Formats: sequence, C-alpha cells, structure tokens
Amino acid sequence: MTAGELAISAHGLTRRFGSFVAVDHITFDVGAGEVFGFLGANGAGKTTAIRMLIGLLAPSDGSATVAGFDVVTQRAQLRRRIGYMSQRFSLYGDLTVRENIELYGGIYGLSDADIDSRTSALLDSLGLARSAGDLVATLPLGWKQKLAFSVALLHEPAIVFLDEPTGGVDPITRRQFWELIYAAAARGTTVFVTTHYMDEAEYCDRICVLVDGTIAALGTPAALKAEHGVATVDELFVQLARGAKVTA
Amino acid sequence: MRHGALRAFMAKEVRHILRDRQTLTILLLMPLVQVVLFGFALRSDVHDVRLVIVDPAQDVASLSLRSRFASSSRFRIVATTRSASAVEPLFRRGDAEVALAFEPDFAGRVASRTEPARVRLSVDASDPNTATVIQSYARAVIAQWAEERAADMPAVAVRPVRIATAVRMRFNPTLESVNLFVPGLIALVLTLVSALMTAISLSREKERGTMEVLLVSPLRPWQIIVGKVLPYLALAFANVITALLAAWLVFHVPFRGSVLLLLGESLLYAVVSLALGVLIAARTSSQRAAMMVAMVGTLLPSTLLSGMIFPIASMPAWLAPFTTIIPARWFIVVARGIMLKGVGLPYLWRETLVLVGMALVLMLAAVRSFKPRLA
Repeated sequence: MTAGELAISAHGLTRRFGSFVAVDHITFDVGAGEVFGFLGANGAGKTTAIRMLIGLLAPSDGSATVAGFDVVTQRAQLRRRIGYMSQRFSLYGDLTVRENIELYGGIYGLSDADIDSRTSALLDSLGLARSAGDLVATLPLGWKQKLAFSVALLHEPAIVFLDEPTGGVDPITRRQFWELIYAAAARGTTVFVTTHYMDEAEYCDRICVLVDGTIAALGTPAALKAEHGVATVDELFVQLARGAKVTA
Repeated sequence: MRHGALRAFMAKEVRHILRDRQTLTILLLMPLVQVVLFGFALRSDVHDVRLVIVDPAQDVASLSLRSRFASSSRFRIVATTRSASAVEPLFRRGDAEVALAFEPDFAGRVASRTEPARVRLSVDASDPNTATVIQSYARAVIAQWAEERAADMPAVAVRPVRIATAVRMRFNPTLESVNLFVPGLIALVLTLVSALMTAISLSREKERGTMEVLLVSPLRPWQIIVGKVLPYLALAFANVITALLAAWLVFHVPFRGSVLLLLGESLLYAVVSLALGVLIAARTSSQRAAMMVAMVGTLLPSTLLSGMIFPIASMPAWLAPFTTIIPARWFIVVARGIMLKGVGLPYLWRETLVLVGMALVLMLAAVRSFKPRLA
C-alpha cells in the first residue's frame, strides 16, 4: 500500500428518493489497504451509500471515485477492480463449491489456468478441499459466508465491499471471518465493510458513523472514543444516534 | 475475455436447469402430454353421431336416403320410428343428437318434382358448435343423395335449374381438428417454456440477491439476458420437435411445408416469448409475482385470444383488435400456414415481420429494463 494513494474518494455524495434524503452530502476518503468500517443503524443510509460506490445507483448530487474510476462515467472499468459481497448470501446453492468459484472466475474474465490455480489455493486456505464437489446449499452458514468472501476476492480486486457480511453468524465464525479480512488487507486489498456489530468496528483501521444519511463521526476507533469520552464504540454509537434523534 | 464470461454464465444456467430434475422432466414431457391430451380431448370434429329416423312413409325414396346415413361413418342410427313424438325423450336423455324426419309422402314428392320433397333435421343444439357441425354433415349427405337422384332421372323440359354445390374442405379434408390444434400447441409450449421459465429463473436471482452481484460484475446486462435465454431457447427447440413428432406419430398430422422454415419461425416466436419473460422478471419483485404475471399475461391470452381454440372471427368486434398485440396469434397463422397449407414466406412475410418487430422491440425493452437502476 502506498501512502497517500486513495482507494475511495467521495465528495458531497448524495442520494434522494423523492423528497427523502437517504444519503446527505457525505465526504470521506479511504486510503489503499485500509479496513474502513461503515457503521449506522438500519436505514441510516449505509446500503444506499455502498450501492452508489459500486455503481448500482447513480448519485443525485456529488461525486465519487473508486480505485481511481468515476462511479458514474467509468463504471465498466470500475467493476473489474472491485469485489462485492451483498447482505444476502450470493452464491448458488445448487452448484458445487468448485462450480461457484469457477463461475465467478469466468465472469471476471480469468483464464482457465488462473481459475484452476486460484481455486485450489482458495480451497486449501479455507480447508474446503474435501468439500469441493459438495453443493453449496449443504454447507453450514459460516462456511458459506467465508466462501462468498473468498469468491469476492478471486479476481484480486483493489477494493472489496462487504455489506453486513457477518449477519446471522455465530461469534466464533465472525472472529474467523475477520481474520480473513485482515489477511486480505495485509495483501494490500482495501476493505470497505458495513456492519451493525459494534465489536467488529473495533477491528477497523478507521470507522465512519452514519446517522440519518450524514457522517456523525469519522476517525480511528481509539481517537473517536477519546474524543467523545466513551469506553467502547458501542457507547459512542448510542451517544451519536441519540443526539441525532434530539435534533431531528 | 468477454466470451469467457458469457460461457461461464451459460454453463451455470445449464447446470441450474439440469440439476432441477423435476422441473426438467415436466418441461420435457409437457409437449408430449399436451399434444396427446389436446389431440384427444379438444376436438371439435364429430364422429359417431347418434341419429333418430322418423319415417312415417317407409317408401323407396326414404329408405334409399336412410341407407346413405346408415353407411356413413359419421352417423349411427340409434332408433327408427314412425312418429315424431318418440324423438323428444331420446333428445332429453341424450341418447340422440340429431333427428331426420321425412314427410308422409316422401317418395311421391321426390318423383313429382313440382314441389320440393321435404325432410326436417332437428339437432340437439345445447352444444352449438357440435350442432353446427352435425347439421352440415347431415346436409352434405342429403345433398349428395339428391344430386345422384336427379342425375338418374330422365331430362324433362320444365326441369328447374339446379345449382349443385360441390364442397371441398381444403388443407384439412377430413376436418380433423387436431390438425388445427397442433400449431397452437407449439405456441403454447413455447410460451410456457420461454416466457414462464425465464421469468421464474430471472426473478429467482433477484429474490436471492445473486442478481445484484452479477450486476456489479463486469457482465453486461445483455450478457446476463443472453446467458439466461439461450439455454431455454435450446429447451424450447427440443419441445417443438417433441410436439411435432408426437403430432405426426400419434395423430398423423400432415406436414406440408418446410420443416426448416417452421423451426426458424418457432425460434423467432421463442425469442419474443423469452423477451417477454425477461420484461416480466424485471418488473416484478418476487418469483411468485413473476409466475402469476407470466401465467395471466402470456399463457392465458396465448390460449384464449390467439385463435388457437376460439376463432378470432367469432370474437366480438371490440375484442378482436386486442388479439393483434398477442404474439401467439401471428405465430399460429404462420405455423398453420406452413404445416397445413404448405405455404412459405411469400405468403407469410407479413406475420413474420410482425413477429420480428415484436422481437426487436421487446428485446430492446428487456435489455434496458435490466440496466442497473440509475435514474
């Protein structure tokens, strides 16, 4: 990771649905190789923001570049450089583990040789080599999530977007999942992750707390806790969310 | 690399189809079952009509005409009476469908030729379509008999001019209704496989969240659609061939035109249906909704308003124009033309153009509807 190089840069990014402002002029930068946590209550605008950054939704106002590409005008180039894991489980249950990996490898234009070598590496690292021929539907949820994450990284994207990747998963598996995230970051991949598990926020390099579509806090977990005089990110979050309700 | 992406996506689709054994079995057997069921059950041609003869005269002329009916394979004489009063109970019980009553001095009238000899045909018209068919069969038998009688008689100066109407049923001389249904059935099967299955398969991806991941990937909307549609196109093609083989082997439906042309037109119609399926999936939010819309929006009109079962000519004037927007209506004209009349593009170019136009417009709309919503 090169210091000063920006993976994501958003300026006044805004999205309105009719008269409702889901995301209201948010401005932030994410450095290359950072693990960036995007926190917020349900409906705070996390998913809307992520959808604008991955080119699924056009901003109503403002602009953003991801991996150096404009999210509106350079979507085609952008897509080759990002990975995405949605809230919902996004592999195909009626395909085997190997077939799922090969599918995404193929979609991202990897050569057959690359797909082969990356598939074996992936299966080995996840300890799934023996289950390669099993239908994904038969895997436990934790394994499915880890597999989905690894598949999102298969084409070695510069940035991976994870939208609440650990929903409904037990604490041990969540811990293992975060180890995968760190491993990816260590290889230089920028990780943009939304979550509403506040303990996970502590694992991030920097966090951004979204309240009612605006940025209520942005910084390292340690700095933010010190600034607001709280012991945990959980307390910080509650404080910020309450503040929003009073002014709203 | 793009082709690699499309290939990988298509391989996945083929796997989805092959792994869902139950659906696949149903899809493959459906055309066979439909041809057989429709072929046997939905026929409007009439065999073995139960006939009552009311003959007070029992003379040489009436016996001669009666024997004509007796020897016809269409009619079976169930009773012969002298008085018309016996007919009513037979009609009420459903034992007879048609009664042929002679006037008392039938032979005398026939011989005199100054006044027409009269018979009365009474038909059970509780099923009007069948009644009309029976009536025309009976008239044909009588007319032919009268024709031959006239020829036998010596010419007389005052003989009135007779107009002999020779009726020939072209393209379907035995009036087999199964011949008419098979082209319609092909349309139905194609609609079912193409529109319904594509709508279900695409909306499943939306429902499960995999569509979002595909839209974020380098796959373009047209590649997603083509990858979805091509495997079903192959399946639809297999179905057309099954339906044709079943029709030919079981019902000996004639095939007079070019098989290649029919397959080409079927492909065209399948593309129209597939595009409809894509559009339906794009506009609905769940598999269930997509299925309902596909059923009501494509299957019902394709069955009821396409002329497959109910002739468009007998629809009310306000309804008939609506049939022009139904793709099956045009395809059925084409398929019947090729199969029964043996005509080619010189006669069917208009219908073909309409289908091409529909295919283009719907495909364009389908691709547009799958662009990530950027509005």
